[in-house]
Amino acid sequence: MTPPPVLSVRNLVVAIPSRAGISRPVNGISYDIAPGEILGVVGESGAGKSMAGNAIIGLLDRPAHIASGEVWLNGNRIDNLPPDDLRRIRGRQIGMVFQDPLTSLNPLLQIGDQLTETIREHLPMSAAQARDRAVAALEEVGIPAAAERLNSYPHEFSGGMRQRVVIALALCAEPSLVIADEPTTALDVSVQAQIIALLRRLCRDRGTAVMLVTHDMGVIAEAADRVAVMYAGRLAELGPVRSVIHAPRHPYADGLMGAMPSLSIGQRRLRQIPGAMPRPSRIPPGCAFNPRCPRAADKCRVDPPPTLADDPQGRAACWFPMEHPA
Amino acid sequence: MTAFVEVSHLGRSFDVSKPWLNRVIERLPRRNLVAVSDVSFQIEEGAVYALVGESGSGKSTIGRMLAGLMTPSEGQVRVAGADLHADPSARKAAGIQMIFQDPYASLNPRWRVRRIICEPVVVAGGETAGLAERLLEQVGLSAEDAEKFPHEFSGGQRQRICIARALAANPRLIICDEPTSALDVSVQAQVLNLMSDLRDELGLTYMFISHDLTVVRHMADRIGVLYLGRLMEEATPAQLFARPRHPYTQMLLAAAPLMDGRTREIDLPKGEVPDPISPPPGCAFNPRCPFAVDLCRKERPELREFGGSRVACHRAEEIAAQSAA
Ligand SMILES: Nc1ncnc2c1ncn2[C@@H]1O[C@H](COP(=O)(O)OP(=O)(O)OP(=O)(O)O)[C@@H](O)[C@H]1O
Ligand SMILES: Nc1ncnc2c1ncn2[C@@H]1O[C@H](COP(=O)(O)OP(=O)(O)OP(=O)(O)O)[C@@H](O)[C@H]1O
Ligand code: SF4
Ligand SMILES: [Mg+2]
Ligand SMILES: [Mg+2]
Repeated sequence: MTPPPVLSVRNLVVAIPSRAGISRPVNGISYDIAPGEILGVVGESGAGKSMAGNAIIGLLDRPAHIASGEVWLNGNRIDNLPPDDLRRIRGRQIGMVFQDPLTSLNPLLQIGDQLTETIREHLPMSAAQARDRAVAALEEVGIPAAAERLNSYPHEFSGGMRQRVVIALALCAEPSLVIADEPTTALDVSVQAQIIALLRRLCRDRGTAVMLVTHDMGVIAEAADRVAVMYAGRLAELGPVRSVIHAPRHPYADGLMGAMPSLSIGQRRLRQIPGAMPRPSRIPPGCAFNPRCPRAADKCRVDPPPTLADDPQGRAACWFPMEHPA
Repeated sequence: MTAFVEVSHLGRSFDVSKPWLNRVIERLPRRNLVAVSDVSFQIEEGAVYALVGESGSGKSTIGRMLAGLMTPSEGQVRVAGADLHADPSARKAAGIQMIFQDPYASLNPRWRVRRIICEPVVVAGGETAGLAERLLEQVGLSAEDAEKFPHEFSGGQRQRICIARALAANPRLIICDEPTSALDVSVQAQVLNLMSDLRDELGLTYMFISHDLTVVRHMADRIGVLYLGRLMEEATPAQLFARPRHPYTQMLLAAAPLMDGRTREIDLPKGEVPDPISPPPGCAFNPRCPFAVDLCRKERPELREFGGSRVACHRAEEIAAQSAA
């Protein structure tokens, strides 16, 4: 029997009202993340990846709000909780890692204090216990001479080390879910490889569920178990990483893979998708991808595509998914 | 026969000392940052020469010196036989243009696209009738776009406008500094294809700067790998990816994500790039190098021919023999 999911998102819709009308940068996404699983969320800039992540943790900036749908964490519904309850859950059960480590760290506080504070806020521990725990957390993410670094300030660390500290901070209260939004985007490839390996190891060892948001398919290929491809606020495809990369079913996912230089070695030209992704306020009727899609037929311009669950392979939201010989 | 672009012993340092008063009060010494050190390479006419390296390795600094926008502290750049920094007319004669990473920052938001594109030609006193329209169509936009403002375009379209502007001056050499790093993959593919097409049509020579190995592999005829301002290795893409000679190149390739959807248990790279103000003595890579010996900590290795590449490593032969065994 498969274990119950840590996170379960059902038909989530985020709406932003404005004078021009209501736009929906996240429009009906659903997925589960199992314990110890890394779900990659990819998509172009503006696809709604961060917005979806922020909605899940209840950190939407007004006037953006969850218009419909449900978010379940460890069997409890959390999207309709009062802000205070949600804040408690966020610190205790959900860890967060963002692109810029400095947004998660207080520049004026020594990192030892930041860690012990977070630990004691969520776990019943004495100051000494929390300190030991902080050292262990730093050691676990590979900070050398961890005990001596407790008194250092964030700016005294290099970019890669800072991101390790943030990961230690996100994990020190032993959350069951970590949401990492572009955690390696600002880092060099060599450091990126280190951070990905670290996330994988922690997630495997502790059974933490991870939602890894990035625009970089290479990072997903290295780190994730399954990948959700977002386009214009919707899920185009969701499936095991290998299948989605090598046998994509949604034409957008297929175009994305064809455009990647690393998958086009020896080819003179890259495959390109014509046009650009529409803004949330300009989504065409029918399938959001239809104006750019080589497979689009009349139906696609009128009727919204079926859901992932309707696809015989359960992967693509498309009227005419691609077939691949087995 | 000399190459179209000849870069010899190029070096550039920056004074990064604190202001004089702070230095006196805090008793700090003057600090010098060597961003580029003893870099030599050549670019054949019509070729794409790529520089890759991690952040701060000196790619943009070299690019700016090649474009004549920054003077070298040492060495020289010759384009089409003329010394770019000694001879004031050389830059114009060589027809050099530059394209930057951020297409938003490099376009004046208050100017219409026509004016943006024609500006370099107007400055040179040239004829601009129909120019913007022709160039816009050449880069895959439409003639009507000449009347619009930059904010009306997407990131990829703006980069096309930057390319059109660069083409207006009839360049022979274009320095592209991370031209697609701010773009999404699907849009990146459009821009890279356009750049390849223009090169074929117009016989352009490119210096292509990127931190993305997969992009460089796709675009380049020759690749130079930079680390802390020094050229560590130079080879064709086929050679570099099949037989990386330098331990740093090997580390980069091992760290770059494979797209095979399998997770690897690789030897993870050790450490991070050290502070460029006090680089390690000897080979700059020695603290992170699994092959380093005493010599590496003392003597800087020269860039030299080895096995079809150029490589700056004392132990290249032994490392190659080891990986062959
Ligand atoms: N405060 C806001 N008001 C109105 N629209 C917004 C606001 N914040 C974001 N958006 C829009 O919502 C959409 C989704 O944005 P989001 O930040 O989730 O994208 P993303 O997929 O994370 O992109 P990126 O890769 O650039 O981070 C975008 O079209 C964006 O323009
Ligand atoms: N004007 C300047 N003053 C002081 N230091 C500088 C200046 N320009 C560059 N540097 C330093 O020189 C080194 C090389 O910088 P450069 O911008 O050439 O690197 P890069 O390889 O282009 O990096 P990136 O990938 O981040 O663009 C860096 O350490 C940088 O901090
Ligand atoms: S010279 Fe020495 S330290 Fe540098 S890369 Fe070669 S073996 Fe490693
Ligand atoms: Mg985002
Ligand atoms: Mg640069």
